[in-house]
Amino acid sequence: MSRIWSFHGGIHPPENKRQSLQRPLERAPLPAQLILPLQQHIGAPATPLVEVGDKVLKGQAIAEPTGHVSVYLHAPTSGTVSAIDCYPVPHPSGMDGLCIVIEPDGQEQWIEHQGVDDFRSLEKAELATLIRHAGISGMGGAGFPTEIKLHLSDDHIVNTLIINGVECEPYITADDTLMRERAEDIIGGIEIAAHLIKPTHCLIGIEDNKPEAAMALTRAARNSELDIEVVVVPTKYPSGGEKQLIKLLTGVEVPFGRLPADIGIVVQNVSTMAAIYRAVHHGEPLISRITTLTGDALANPGNVEVLIGTPISELLAYAGADSQRLNRLVMGGPMMGYTLNDPQIPVIKTSNCIIAATAEEFPEAAPAQDCIRCGHCEQVCPVGLLPQQLHWFAKGKEFDKALSHNLMDCIECGACSYVCLSNIPLVQYYRFAKGEIRREQFDQRNAEQARIRFEARQQRLEREKQEKADKRKARAETASRAQTARKALTPADSQPATVDPQAQLKLLKTAAAVARTKLKKADKALVQAQTDGVDDLAELQAAIDGAKAKAEQSQQALEQAEQQNPAPPPTLAELKIAAATARTKVNKTEKALADAETKGVPSADKLRSSLEGLRAKADAAQLALEQAEANTAPPAAAEEMDIKQLKTAASIARTKLKKAQKTLQAAQEAGEDSASLQQQVDQLSQQSDTAQQAFAAAEAAQPKSTGPDLKALKSAAAIARTKIKKTEKALADAQQKGLASATALAAGLEKLKTKAQHAEQALADAKQLANTETVD
Amino acid sequence: MDPILIAVLVLLAVSLIFGALLGFASIKFKVEGNPIVEQIDSLLPQTQCGQCSYPGCRPYAEAIANGEAINKCPPGGESTIAALADLLDVEALPLDAEHGEEQIKSVAYIREDECIGCTKCIQACPVDAILGAAKQMHTVITSECTGCDLCVEPCPVDCIDMIPIETSLVTWTWAQPQPGVQLIATDRGRNLAIETQRHQHQLEDDRNNKGDAA
Repeated sequence: MSRIWSFHGGIHPPENKRQSLQRPLERAPLPAQLILPLQQHIGAPATPLVEVGDKVLKGQAIAEPTGHVSVYLHAPTSGTVSAIDCYPVPHPSGMDGLCIVIEPDGQEQWIEHQGVDDFRSLEKAELATLIRHAGISGMGGAGFPTEIKLHLSDDHIVNTLIINGVECEPYITADDTLMRERAEDIIGGIEIAAHLIKPTHCLIGIEDNKPEAAMALTRAARNSELDIEVVVVPTKYPSGGEKQLIKLLTGVEVPFGRLPADIGIVVQNVSTMAAIYRAVHHGEPLISRITTLTGDALANPGNVEVLIGTPISELLAYAGADSQRLNRLVMGGPMMGYTLNDPQIPVIKTSNCIIAATAEEFPEAAPAQDCIRCGHCEQVCPVGLLPQQLHWFAKGKEFDKALSHNLMDCIECGACSYVCLSNIPLVQYYRFAKGEIRREQFDQRNAEQARIRFEARQQRLEREKQEKADKRKARAETASRAQTARKALTPADSQPATVDPQAQLKLLKTAAAVARTKLKKADKALVQAQTDGVDDLAELQAAIDGAKAKAEQSQQALEQAEQQNPAPPPTLAELKIAAATARTKVNKTEKALADAETKGVPSADKLRSSLEGLRAKADAAQLALEQAEANTAPPAAAEEMDIKQLKTAASIARTKLKKAQKTLQAAQEAGEDSASLQQQVDQLSQQSDTAQQAFAAAEAAQPKSTGPDLKALKSAAAIARTKIKKTEKALADAQQKGLASATALAAGLEKLKTKAQHAEQALADAKQLANTETVD
Repeated sequence: MDPILIAVLVLLAVSLIFGALLGFASIKFKVEGNPIVEQIDSLLPQTQCGQCSYPGCRPYAEAIANGEAINKCPPGGESTIAALADLLDVEALPLDAEHGEEQIKSVAYIREDECIGCTKCIQACPVDAILGAAKQMHTVITSECTGCDLCVEPCPVDCIDMIPIETSLVTWTWAQPQPGVQLIATDRGRNLAIETQRHQHQLEDDRNNKGDAA
């Protein structure tokens, strides 16, 4: 007999196990409906393999694991999948989860299945896969996928396999019943687990309040080849906790933040072992479990083998629940379980107990009083924490302090709340604080991720900018190199004979201009000197003469050259530019003139005369342009005329018109003479019309081979819609605030609406057209 | 020798030695950048939303290090302000309403059939959480979205919604207990009797009906 250690704290609540042990293990009747949550385990929810309406056989896999930490789900009986939808699931939040609902057909028709004769001949990986495919997750509490715990990597050397048959919580007797009735199954399961992890010794921990179970297991263990030791531990809550049981049986404490496997220990529940036995020896997946039905509201409390997914309401009816007395439905034990809102919630793989309690059995909690610092909670804490301190920290939301007082080591056993004289819901405070801390940590991780991504983006943008700059620089360099190369070549090639007459002309022109400018400057200097009364006037005069001579010379040279090389007729574009420049000059001068007139500057006269000259020039340029345009062969140009250009021209004309209209309006409002402006507007509107017409004509002429661009129309329509929405919003806002602009907005909205209608119409037309085309 | 002179000389020598040591250490163990900025930055929510009027979380962290108010971060809310106040040992101010209010965490969602593929939201996203190309439908990588809101405004067809993140079975956490109402296991008191009775009657009716049919 091996030695038994002890752990700190613990309590002895009333056991209340007797009620459910009066009757032998029974099988619950087949329910009318089975609701199978896709998440009955720790990890990712399973992915459905069936669809609504599918026929399924008993034991058929209906959902597969999503990722490594996840579990298979099987049909507990044959029938039809009637729904895959959200239903209330066993969870303290009372929220809904995705479930597969099966309507049983009553045939109980098994899918073809077969056990393994000699599991020892199998590879470890094969055996682990077999267990994984049987959908087995820990049936004692949390529901961790069993095969992960049994198929550890090679660097985990397991020396002790502990089987947990302690079942320390009050009311629950499911494991007790299992150990009494199916001890051989459990031992068989242990043999498989031991084959997988090869421990040096196996221990089964049982509390001393279950002598029959201990006897049955000891008897069954004798027939096994393995040396399995049944260790009876004193009854104390919570010796069934994983770490508490390890401490009890081996004297070792699992370090903070580590798993039992890290110190060479694996703990498994007895029910899980039995499930492994069924899976390996009989090929039956986990589709049912033993659940305790107890509580004062039940006429026939007891343990039943229920199919996973059986609604609790059916079990209550089976056990004869007195609905008058039933006050609260609890899943799990009274210490760590949670209240269920809805009796339609199904039994899942981890449901070991259902308590239908009366109001006398689980009375309302007395009002919490202030902590009197009695220290009872510290004495019962099985982890050796300071519940009082943690309570203050959780209440004051000082989570970092709670964290440094090892809040995360709390196993939420409820012993502290149980002994609290002030009825403080301590565990609820810890759960709240743990949740907040986890959320904070989650947010922290997300923030870190966002920061990394943000910085990466900044770097990328920076790099792109740099690349662009580099490219530009490289291009400029090549261009300049090419230029120098050309320059280097020119002197050799460009001997007078081969001089480009046009280039020569240009050079001469520049020279003449430079000479003129110099002359002007010299003139100015002379005038300045004269007014200042400087002596060296003669010198300046000489300089001016020199400059004059030079200017004349260069002018002559230019004229000569021009005569020799008559300039080719200016192109249309050049003429256009010239005309435009002339117009701009006229405009500028007009402005300057107006300015000068208002200010009464004497230079106005001069400006006026120059304006006239400029106007004449502009007219001449325009004339030349028109002539040239008339001369150039129109057919080719017209055909080549790009619709886009026309469009641009039309829109430019429109914009101009709008601007002119605006100025006209402004002028009218200001009460100025607006006749000329009106004229201008008329002219512009005419122009705009012609442009629009030309555009329309060109568009019409364009063969509609490509068809209207549906996408463009679509986005146009969408944009129009959005604009309306935005305007509407603005309008509402304006109306609310009583702004004067509301009326204007309303008018704009109307316009937009018509526009949107047009756009929608166009879109619809285009769609129709496209449809007919495709039909054709 | 004069004892006073000796004392002065010794002190001089000692101060020279320590001065040299300190000087050496200040060069050898020089800290790059401002470490407080890093600490502040790690407390900010990194949404990069710019609601604080700085172009990102780090610039705001730098500004805080230079004396800017700590209450300009709506996404962080009260908890961030409290953490910053704790770090900088200043008083925790209420959130500055000028920069917005603390809102429920949300993620952007693009109504994909309305998206015209303009890429404007992609350019606005500070964490590259929007996927798409010109004239192709865009979509949000929900797990990377910080809920900063910056993509909503540029959308020309208003097809981006900010959807609050719903609590799931995985993200659900216990609320702070109301003292006196809850206790172990009997955590949320509810009168189930009526509900159960209804269900049982229904079950019995079903059974009876089935029996009749059979």
